[in-house]
Amino acid sequence: MPRQAVNDFVVKFANVNGSGSASANQLFAKSILRMGIPIASRNIFPSNIQGLPTWFEVRVSGEGHLGRRGGVDLMVAMNPQTWERDIAEIDAGGYLLYDSTRPMPASRFRDDIQVIGVPLTQICNANYTDARQRQLLKNIMYVGALSALLGIEPAVIEQLLAEQYKGKEKLAKPNRDAFHMGRDWALAHLSCPIGLQLARADAVGNRIYVEGNAAAALGAVYGGATVCAWYPITPSTSLAEAFERHCKRLRTEPETGRKRYAIMQAEDELASIGMVIGAAWNGARAFTATSGPGISLMQEFVGLAYFAEIPAVIFDVQRAGPSTGMPTRTQQSDLLAAAYASHGDTKHVVLLPEDPRECFDFGAAAFDLADRLQTPVFVLLDLDIGMNDWLCEPFAWDDSRRLDRGKVMTAEELEAGRTFGRYLDVDGDGIPYRTYPGTHAEKGAFFTRGTSRDRFAKYTEVGSAYVDNMQRLLRKFETAKSLVPRPVERKAAEPASLGVLYFGSSSAAMKEALAALEADGVHLDAMRIRAFPFHDDVLDFVARHERVFVVEQNRDAQLRTLLMTEGNIDPARLIPILHYDGTPITARFIRAAIADRASTLKVVPFAGAAAE
Amino acid sequence: MSFLPKPKLHHPKLPLNELGFTRRDYEGAISTLCAGCGHDSISAAIIQACWELSIAPHRVAKMSGIGCSSKTPDYFLGASHGFNSVHGRMPSVLTGANMANRDLLYLGVSGDGDSASIGFGQFAHSIRRAVNMTYIVENNGVYGLTKGQFSATSDKGSKAKKGAVNTDEAIDLVGIALQLGATYVARSFSGDKAQLVPLIKGALRHPGPAFIDCISPCVAFNNHEGSTKSYDFVREHNEAMNQLDVILGRMPITTEYAPGEVREVTQHDGSVLRLRKLHEGYDPTDRVAALHHLHERKAAGEIVTGLLYVDPEPQDMHAHLGTVERPLNALEDAALVPGAAALERINAALR
Repeated sequence: MPRQAVNDFVVKFANVNGSGSASANQLFAKSILRMGIPIASRNIFPSNIQGLPTWFEVRVSGEGHLGRRGGVDLMVAMNPQTWERDIAEIDAGGYLLYDSTRPMPASRFRDDIQVIGVPLTQICNANYTDARQRQLLKNIMYVGALSALLGIEPAVIEQLLAEQYKGKEKLAKPNRDAFHMGRDWALAHLSCPIGLQLARADAVGNRIYVEGNAAAALGAVYGGATVCAWYPITPSTSLAEAFERHCKRLRTEPETGRKRYAIMQAEDELASIGMVIGAAWNGARAFTATSGPGISLMQEFVGLAYFAEIPAVIFDVQRAGPSTGMPTRTQQSDLLAAAYASHGDTKHVVLLPEDPRECFDFGAAAFDLADRLQTPVFVLLDLDIGMNDWLCEPFAWDDSRRLDRGKVMTAEELEAGRTFGRYLDVDGDGIPYRTYPGTHAEKGAFFTRGTSRDRFAKYTEVGSAYVDNMQRLLRKFETAKSLVPRPVERKAAEPASLGVLYFGSSSAAMKEALAALEADGVHLDAMRIRAFPFHDDVLDFVARHERVFVVEQNRDAQLRTLLMTEGNIDPARLIPILHYDGTPITARFIRAAIADRASTLKVVPFAGAAAE
Repeated sequence: MSFLPKPKLHHPKLPLNELGFTRRDYEGAISTLCAGCGHDSISAAIIQACWELSIAPHRVAKMSGIGCSSKTPDYFLGASHGFNSVHGRMPSVLTGANMANRDLLYLGVSGDGDSASIGFGQFAHSIRRAVNMTYIVENNGVYGLTKGQFSATSDKGSKAKKGAVNTDEAIDLVGIALQLGATYVARSFSGDKAQLVPLIKGALRHPGPAFIDCISPCVAFNNHEGSTKSYDFVREHNEAMNQLDVILGRMPITTEYAPGEVREVTQHDGSVLRLRKLHEGYDPTDRVAALHHLHERKAAGEIVTGLLYVDPEPQDMHAHLGTVERPLNALEDAALVPGAAALERINAALR
């Protein structure tokens, strides 16, 4: 029985890296959004530039689910290399669209799927002579065929092409033609539409479709960052590149054409963070963007910045494991590495955005926090948020907002005779005053070093001065709790003795899983943690529930570890739900895993849930 | 170790510079290095150079890494901000600081371990990025703070205090700096203040990457027979290329020289570097010749000192980056935050 669904299915494109499929797939995705239907799209790609397999997955969800669903309803199989596994991945009753130019034996298909052949190469070769054109337009042609099969409005595609090639009719026309060629062929030769249907809706609203890295970079622009020092590493590279792109447009001095920003591609991550610390010490807002291995390399400097109390913003776009691990797969496995980075007793502020909108918000807020707290601030994205386009709330900015530079003593204050002690806690919040170099001719200068100094930055190795300083740093961390983004709680429909904690990119899948669990009769209060140090609300949430599931995308239950350590929580009360195979976590996984554990806990009635 | 505060009193008739400061105003805390350490002489030369140039102390940022040399910024320019950072990473911190505020003078102080071993990469990259700075390596060929291990500038065949012989090739930082595009390159000796002070002055007035390799004997671990960085050895093998005077704007030229004896190089800011030639035919504006000469004299067993290379019209990192004139750390919110209207246009393009 062919699958029947309206605005609720998954289309997966199997392509070859470097074949120009990305822009066609993007066109397909955006056309659905323009029809008012929410989508969640994900790139699945290897660490390679040309020739290896790459996939693009679009989950169409009229209900607005943005997590990865799992399973495939329609496979667009354009890569012979991965044919077998692509065919195997299609759900029973699903569809296969393939290039039927070369005949294939029946044994290469499956009986329980609908096979749709379009002779794409043949049509291309008949219409184009240029080899590159043949390859690129073949992609647009399958979008044309899909529009007929699924019901994409051609006017929407034409509008998108007009926007994309604005003023470049020479490029717009062949794309338009190829689209119609594919569409017309499908209408003439295939039975359209198939069981999977798109129906215009009004469920997108004014939301935007953007990747997290670009959003975080825009946050850095709005947060007043002027210095970016970085070293290329997947999946963070596009963050630094987006910063440059945004700055070119938004931060060029109109009169001179010169830059109100400085970007340095450093020789390694050590130099990147060194430059950030030097710049921030000198009063500029500075950041770096990196991933796990880069965080490892930055450890020594992060410690110095913590002890010497220098602001720094570090965007860590997390991925799975080491350099020869799975750099193009997603994970939330740097949480502990960030929270406790470096030598000695250190703890760091960590922000945990759930989507590009929060990447923008936290990206900007990180600079205020770093300046206010005079300490490094990590913003933990992951590959799933960072390198995929997400449907999210539009960016917003309040023009009355001012950049908070924190406690910086000015030349006037020094001149007026205000006492300046670089490490003197005058306000009781653990945060001392600092001066920028070059502020005043005689006053306010100090020598920056780690911890071998007193409250007035004078050299000392006396133990009591060290302890005094370390205690103040703890007070400062306590202050941070009230400044970082608060957790967000979502109460179950009925009073619940079970809770669930989660963070970051698990959010979309979690929302969907919670709704499904509720329907199954499993009631859970949920709290999304948005920052470390944990707000008191988090510990209160744990205290209010008998058992709390901790959902995260790593092997070692790092959030759970952090909760146990910082909140002194009995480990038995925190039940780990862990997903760490490098693919984004799904609602199906969470639902099955929680239902499974909940049934053994016998705390609530269990109604059963689908396994993935 | 001395924790005594330094007395502020000084002789009432100490000479004043153009800013009305005495030489004492350029001093810092009391040195905690060993008595006779070459590094203290370099600190004294820095103090002298800054005083003579009438540099406002608070407009200097002193940056260093880790090691004996990197402790010294505490011992001069007490009214300047200083940053004793991470071992071998001073160049990146200095680069970042310079990106943030192009208007300060950046003085990087490092050692041979700090710049030639752990920080060799950062040293090289800061030079090739043309960071406007004065980068001084206090080169004693030995690890002092950890008590006497060879460093990467120890000459092949030189002997450690306990008798071990270094079998590894030495890194010549001057050669590297020349090769990587430093636009002011000098070598000097901590025991030759007359040569060193003008070299530091010239470097401070140079608007580009200025590098000085200053041989600075370690009295505790590298001043024995068989060392090639001892006071005696350097004095015997020192081969000065030239003698430098730095002449600012309106200062009259007083000394008379025979024609051909003096070479003058006018820097971009108008300061004149007047070089009294001590070596026939040496052209300090020819990078290739400088490298060649360096190798030739090294083979002859000489330590070449003096101003080895200068480019009078250098470009610095900010010129390459195309940054605005105003220091980035002084840009106000309006110049940095594009505002809600711009954001709405960005939103519109993402739908």
